[in-house]
Amino acid sequence: MKTIKYKYTKATFLLLLLLSITSCERELSDKAEFANYGTTGDIFIDAPVGLTDQFFVSFDPAGGANTEGFGTDESVTYQGESAIRIDVPAGDDVNGGYIGGIFVDRGVGRNLTGYDALTFWAKGSTTATVGLVGFGTDFIEDKYAVGLENIKLSTDWRKYTIPIPDASKLIQEKGMFIFSAGGIGTFPEMGYTFWMDELKFEKLGNIGQPQPAMASGEDRVETKFLGDQFSMADYSLRQTFNLASGINQTVIAAPSYFSFSSSDIEVARVNESGIVSLVGSGSAKITASIAGVSVAGSLTLNVAGGFPVAPAPTLAASNVISIFSDGYTDVAVNYYNGFWQPYQTTLGGEITIDGQNVLNYTNFNFVGTQLTAPLDISEMTHFSIDILMPEVLATDIDMLIVLKNENATETTLQQQRIGGQTYQWSTQTGDINDTESNATFEGGVWKTIKIPIRPTAETGLDKTGVNLIIIERIKSSNVTELHIDNLYFYKE
Amino acid sequence: MDKNNKNSMRITTTLLKTLCVLVLLIAFSCNPDETQTVAEFKNLVLSDEFDTDDFIDSDIWTFDIGNGTNGWGNNEEQFYTKRTENVSVQNGTLIIKAIKEDYSGSDYTSSKILTKGLKEQAYGRFEARIQLPTGQGMWPAFWLLGANCGDGTADTEVWPNCGEIDIMEYRGQEPTVVHGSVHGPGYAAGNAITKTYALENDRFDTGFHVFGIEWTPGYINYYVDDVLYNQITRQQVEEKGTWVFDQPFYIIINLAVGGNFIGAPNEETVFPQTMLIDYVRVYNKYL
Repeated sequence: MKTIKYKYTKATFLLLLLLSITSCERELSDKAEFANYGTTGDIFIDAPVGLTDQFFVSFDPAGGANTEGFGTDESVTYQGESAIRIDVPAGDDVNGGYIGGIFVDRGVGRNLTGYDALTFWAKGSTTATVGLVGFGTDFIEDKYAVGLENIKLSTDWRKYTIPIPDASKLIQEKGMFIFSAGGIGTFPEMGYTFWMDELKFEKLGNIGQPQPAMASGEDRVETKFLGDQFSMADYSLRQTFNLASGINQTVIAAPSYFSFSSSDIEVARVNESGIVSLVGSGSAKITASIAGVSVAGSLTLNVAGGFPVAPAPTLAASNVISIFSDGYTDVAVNYYNGFWQPYQTTLGGEITIDGQNVLNYTNFNFVGTQLTAPLDISEMTHFSIDILMPEVLATDIDMLIVLKNENATETTLQQQRIGGQTYQWSTQTGDINDTESNATFEGGVWKTIKIPIRPTAETGLDKTGVNLIIIERIKSSNVTELHIDNLYFYKE
Repeated sequence: MDKNNKNSMRITTTLLKTLCVLVLLIAFSCNPDETQTVAEFKNLVLSDEFDTDDFIDSDIWTFDIGNGTNGWGNNEEQFYTKRTENVSVQNGTLIIKAIKEDYSGSDYTSSKILTKGLKEQAYGRFEARIQLPTGQGMWPAFWLLGANCGDGTADTEVWPNCGEIDIMEYRGQEPTVVHGSVHGPGYAAGNAITKTYALENDRFDTGFHVFGIEWTPGYINYYVDDVLYNQITRQQVEEKGTWVFDQPFYIIINLAVGGNFIGAPNEETVFPQTMLIDYVRVYNKYL
């Protein structure tokens, strides 16, 4: 009996073992379904590897992207039979003045956790600078976007390395590659050709010494308003790795690579995507880390109270052409921030604070609003703009507001100087049409500025086709953040 | 057989054994490639594992203090101290730390430890397991100097006549490359007999690596981890000058900042930088 029982136990044990193995296998295969995205690192070797059929997905041609210049080349290759060939258009090319786009994985995305860099070989028909290369952009979420700016091409093949800020995040990445390139020199830029080959994710093993940073490694202090929401992407999120060559390679890294923390979540909260919400008055310090490495720099937010509502405009809509106002119907614009390269530093644009639409510009030097259709303002007598600066400013406010008619044949403009407490008259060229506005700014208080539209004889501005409004900080004045609302022309 | 015969037999046997070893050695030296054995010295005679916190064994190590003459002859920029800020033992590791600070007229401090007058030996296997610092201007080294090095008076010889064996030198701006060299009369400084070794898929500033030599009367083998990357033979040395490696040498481990070999740190160099030494081991008796 005992023996039999023992055998039975043994059998049970075996059965259990078998069951547990089988169930274990089932569990594994379930998991595999979740985790087993392709782990292929190759993107383009002699042909696209596992990319969508269209291979190259261009940026929007409506925004000036040229879709004609992308292809492959069998005669110029670094290695093997084929390389990617990109014909960068001239700045005035009718098909678009720059070229750029992305390569997308044809499947559900790849598991890139086993790699530490994206690498490729490239050469140019001439020495030139490619504005951006990177990965992680899929035109859907762009959650783990990475960009390396301004790579210098040689006329011989060179290898380029884009380190992955934290590979453990890339369990299902679709954005295999991104590039953007414009011509050489000033408008109309000169076109050229460059080739890329052996494009792939690699485990190099010889990149190290991460030095992540935010806010340029500074401890920044800013005043914001309750209910404000913004992205940490506006604070120069960077990851730097030391390459085998000893060079520190710095890439722009999306907020999702970072683990942010707030010293007081009753004041400021940061979500997984790096969006900061200001939920209470007080002060909170935002710090971060990537893969356990502390990020240099921090952002301290002093949240005073609710955002003041801009004064509601009172003029009849029939006397107004509105560019940006909750009080009127706005004309169509292409953008409220053109992010003009290479000199513009201004970040931000349209935001909503407590249900109020405003324009918020940070890191301000100049910014332009481009109207979709040129505007005839011949009937208008004034341009009105509401400005709020969050900081209590003691000195040096000096700005220029430019109304511009920029068309194929000529550019005409009216410039209006806006001085603050310490007004300085400028004698620089182009300021001949300045008049003082005597604006007196206070921190956190809206100021309405009404600029008379002067006769064309005085300013030269052709009022029949105004299409650009530029706000500029001049004379190194102390303006870093602006809120703008109620941007409109009116007639008295 | 009488006693003498027995003795002569023993001598013959010993001679035969020696001959075998010699044949073996010759066979090896005729073929100085990476298939050679690197473990001929098996008798551990010195080992510092740095296992006791806050303790540097004064029976093994002494210090060089100061900034030397002309920055230790190389225009190095650091001032060596033996303060715990610059040299300490923690968690089983000797830490040599280069700090950016104004100190006795220098811009940086660091440390240099040596076994001079304490542990000196001719021939043997010398190895250390080290994680190196990083960045432009960091110049760590693990090296040996002839015990008779001096100003040329008494029984001393001036450098390079006393000999120098650099087991490992490294430039912080080349994080995957180390250098192994010998300096002596006719082959010193820029003219040293040297070879570099580069890691393919790893780097020296992110983990520990073993740096060692195997030094015999006929050659010096250089290895990193399990890779023998160079053999400098007596013959090779004598083509350039005199072999001065038949006398005792002492060990030096230091972390220099700046200097002729690497150039000054730049604005990207992060301070402080550390050189971590897990152990130093010396073996003698080859076969």
